[in-house]
Amino acid sequence: MKTCLIVDDSKVVRMVARKILEGLNFEIDEAEDGQKAIDACVRNMPRAVLLDWNMPVKSGIEFLRELRAMADVDQPVVVFCTTENDMTHIQEAIDAGADEYIMKPFDSEIIESKFTQVGLL
Amino acid sequence: MNVTDFEMIAQLLKTRSGLALSKDKAYLIESRLNPVARKWNFAGFDELAQAIRAGKDEALLVDVTEAMTTNESFFFRDQKPFDQFNELVLPHMLEHRAAKKTIRIWSAACSSGQEPYTLAMLLKENASKLAGWKVEIVATDLSQEILDKAKEGLYSQFEVQRGLPINLLVKYFKQTGDRWQIDAEIRKMVKFQQFNLLTNPSALGRFDVVFCRNVLIYFDPPTKTEVLGKLADLLADDGFLYLGGAETVLGMSDRFQLMPGQRGIYRLMSEDKAKATG
Ligand SMILES: C[S@@+](CC[C@H](N)C(=O)[O-])C[C@H]1O[C@@H](n2cnc3c(N)ncnc32)[C@H](O)[C@@H]1O
Repeated sequence: MKTCLIVDDSKVVRMVARKILEGLNFEIDEAEDGQKAIDACVRNMPRAVLLDWNMPVKSGIEFLRELRAMADVDQPVVVFCTTENDMTHIQEAIDAGADEYIMKPFDSEIIESKFTQVGLL
Repeated sequence: MNVTDFEMIAQLLKTRSGLALSKDKAYLIESRLNPVARKWNFAGFDELAQAIRAGKDEALLVDVTEAMTTNESFFFRDQKPFDQFNELVLPHMLEHRAAKKTIRIWSAACSSGQEPYTLAMLLKENASKLAGWKVEIVATDLSQEILDKAKEGLYSQFEVQRGLPINLLVKYFKQTGDRWQIDAEIRKMVKFQQFNLLTNPSALGRFDVVFCRNVLIYFDPPTKTEVLGKLADLLADDGFLYLGGAETVLGMSDRFQLMPGQRGIYRLMSEDKAKATG
């Protein structure tokens, strides 16, 4: 089963995303900030990461830069999922190595469409 | 709604747009026409039905017809057709049109423009191979209102997230407020024009590739056969016809055959080719 790490400081968002992604046959792990997400990746590298931007302790973009700097790991597919919906943020995310970008609010259709595009489905 | 009103409206829709509505879809007529009744200040559905029956106001009949069509569309719809376009159709055309260096593509029920703009972006992405080529994208729809939206190229955040890869959003769109507009350089690659698929398309000329997706599904079998016949007439002998995921020529037309090993792409039957070249 494919694994997806959901990183978001909102419990509600994690729950909604978990429901959708479990429906798409992903095994889910959760983290509530960028640091916990790094820890989770070190423990067990997921196939995909659904990533919020603004979080306490460590932001999504800081997490992503750190993740992409890790050598000798199978790099996961990273899909941002954030309320930041301007071109500057999107460009910054792509430059940092994001594969796709979802602007909140999202629904199952958008998640499915984006995960299909990056070859996860 | 009474049976005579249903039959009168169903007949109007069938004649004007080809839409085939069975009786179990009567609820759809009411739910979609109630806003039209309000817009035209009718007291209710019955009064609207009366005005439709009188048939004096062309603008009203247009509104009624357009309110009943489904305009849903998205960028890179189903993805696969556009992969096939890149991998099969474009290479074929680059080889077989090398002398003329022109390719004509028709998006035959383009709705709000996502389909022709998807093609325009794909062509732009292939610009280096197409240097010196003239590629024409003609995009038509029954509805003038939806064509006006298409020409503007303005999409909601929701619309740009269904199917459109993020790198293409960044590359070809500008953010204006909470909406996204596709760049003028892409917009000008597409010629939008009002056209009813039930009418004679010969003035549009011949096409190398036709996208006729997610519209035949609303027609009854004889209308499907008739429209497919017209498409066969204007498709180049070695052209490609795309239908939607739930559409087929099977049992509807013997002028097309499924492209071997592919889904959703059709080519002309060889006897047709013989006729066309003979
Ligand atoms: C569901 S959309 C399909 C859009 C696009 N081809 C796609 O696959 O995403 C169907 C479109 O067909 C148009 N349409 C319906 N009847 C038509 C007719 N008789 N002639 C031309 N267009 C028609 C509608 O106005 C609508 O925009």
